[in-house]
Amino acid sequence: MSESTATPRLTALRKTHEEAGATLVDFAGWLMPLRYGSETAEHTAVREAAGLFDLSHMGEIRLSGPQAAQALDNALAGHLSKLKVGRARYTMLTAEDGGVLDDLIVYRLDEEEFLVVANAVNVPVVASALAERAVGFAVEVVDESADYSLIALQGPKAVEILAPLTDANLDEIRYFAGYSYSVAGVPVLLARTGYTGEDGFEIFIKPSDKAPEIWAALMDAGAEHGLVPAGLSARDTLRLEAGMPLYGQELTAELTPFDAGLGRVVKFEKGDFVGRAALEEASRTARARRLIGFVARGRRPLRKGQDVLRDGAVVGTITSGAPSPTLGRPIAMAYVDGDLDTTTGTFTVDVRGRGEEVDVVELPFYQRKS
Amino acid sequence: MSVPTELGYTAKHEWVVIKDGVATVGITAFAAESLGDIVFVEAPAVGEEVNTDDPAGEVESTKSVSEIFSPVNGEVTEINETLEEAPETINSDPYESGWLFKVRVSEEPTDLLSAAEYTKLIEGEN
Repeated sequence: MSESTATPRLTALRKTHEEAGATLVDFAGWLMPLRYGSETAEHTAVREAAGLFDLSHMGEIRLSGPQAAQALDNALAGHLSKLKVGRARYTMLTAEDGGVLDDLIVYRLDEEEFLVVANAVNVPVVASALAERAVGFAVEVVDESADYSLIALQGPKAVEILAPLTDANLDEIRYFAGYSYSVAGVPVLLARTGYTGEDGFEIFIKPSDKAPEIWAALMDAGAEHGLVPAGLSARDTLRLEAGMPLYGQELTAELTPFDAGLGRVVKFEKGDFVGRAALEEASRTARARRLIGFVARGRRPLRKGQDVLRDGAVVGTITSGAPSPTLGRPIAMAYVDGDLDTTTGTFTVDVRGRGEEVDVVELPFYQRKS
Repeated sequence: MSVPTELGYTAKHEWVVIKDGVATVGITAFAAESLGDIVFVEAPAVGEEVNTDDPAGEVESTKSVSEIFSPVNGEVTEINETLEEAPETINSDPYESGWLFKVRVSEEPTDLLSAAEYTKLIEGEN
C-alpha cells in the first residue's frame, strides 16, 4: 500500500501483538498484525465465534462547531445534517470530478460534533480536504488520528463477550450507532459497526495508550467464547466475502460512486456540494464498468489484477480475489464492461496464462443470518 | 522452528532426502510459516524433467504465490496427490505428509545445505 520507506508507525498494541506471536507487516505506513497463527482459523473464528482486531491505523478527524453538519454536507457525498445524534453513516469523499478520494464512516457525537473515520492510507488527503472545504463554515477540523486507538470486536459472540465489560445496554445499540460508554472502565466511543459481515463493535479509545488494557480485558472475557486475535489477512477475506469494497481496489479516484454500484451514497437532495455537477452527470450516464462477483470452479486462487474473459475476449479485471474459507472456493470481485451481458457465455480468469473457469454470482458472497 | 537434521536444504527453502536414487522434496516449516495458510499447490507432472534452475511448480497461500524449485535434477516419479484436496497439510506437517514430489535423481546434488547451515540462514532472515 504505502510506498514510503520511512519507519512504519507503531500502534499502542504493538507489544501485545508481539507477545501473541503476530506476523507484523508494513501496511499504509503502520506496522500491523497480518495474522497471529492461521489466518483461515482467524477468519472462521469471526464467522462462528468472535475475533479481535487492532485497527488503530485508521484515521479519526473531528469536526466541531455550529456549522459542522453543514460543512460535512458540503464536503462529502452524504446528507450528514440529517444524521441523528448517536448514529453513524457510510459515506464518501469525492473530488470535483466525482472520483472517490476515500470511503468513510461518520459518527454524529452531538448536534455540533462529528467524528469522520478514514482509511489509514487516505488520512492526509481526507484531513486536508475536510479542512479546505470547511473554509467559510463555523467549524473546527482537527485530525485526532494519533490520539486514538481503535479495536474491533466482531462475530456472533461479540455481544456476550462485551456485555459484562461495559455499562452499555448492548441491546439498545443498533447497527450503525455509536455512543460514549465505558469498556473495562475506560471511557470510549462504542459503535456497532464493522467490516466483516458479522455483528460486532468498534471501540474508539482516547487516549490511545488505554488500548492494551481494553484488549486484555476483552481477550480474558472472550476466552470461554472462542475469541481470538485476528489480523489484516482475515479482515480482508471477511470483507471480501461480505462484498464490501476496499479503497485502492474497488474504489479509486478514477471511479465515481456510481461506477462502484454505490450511487446510493450520493444525496443530491441536500443541495450543492463539492463534486455535485460531475456526480449528477455520472448518475445520468450509462456506467462504463460494473462490479460483479465470481466463484471459481477449481481451487487455484483468483487475484487482484487478473484479466476476466468471456468466451476468450477480455471483458474486465479482478479488483479483489482470495480463497474463501466460508465457501471453500476462490472468490473475486471484478469490474467488467458496463453493458456486458453476464448471464451468458463462459467466463474465465487469466491466472498466469491459464484460463480458470469461474461462475458469475450475486454479491455478497456471504450474508449472516440475522 | 523445526529443521530436521537428516534432511538436506536449499536457500530457496526446499528440503530433500535421497533414498535409493529417489529424492523426496518439500518446503520447510520456515517457508510454510512465512507463507501463511497454503491453499493451492501446482505440482510438476509425473514424467516431467525438473532441474535446479527452473521452477517445478507453485505454492499459493492466502496472500501470495511462490515458485517451487527442485533441489535436484531428474525425472518426477510421483506427486503427493493428497495436497490437491488438502494443501494445508504442508502447514501442519511440512516434513512428512506434506511432501510435494519425488524425483529419480540423474546426478547427485553437491550444494545442499546441512540442517545447521539452513538454520543459520533462516535466523538471518528472521
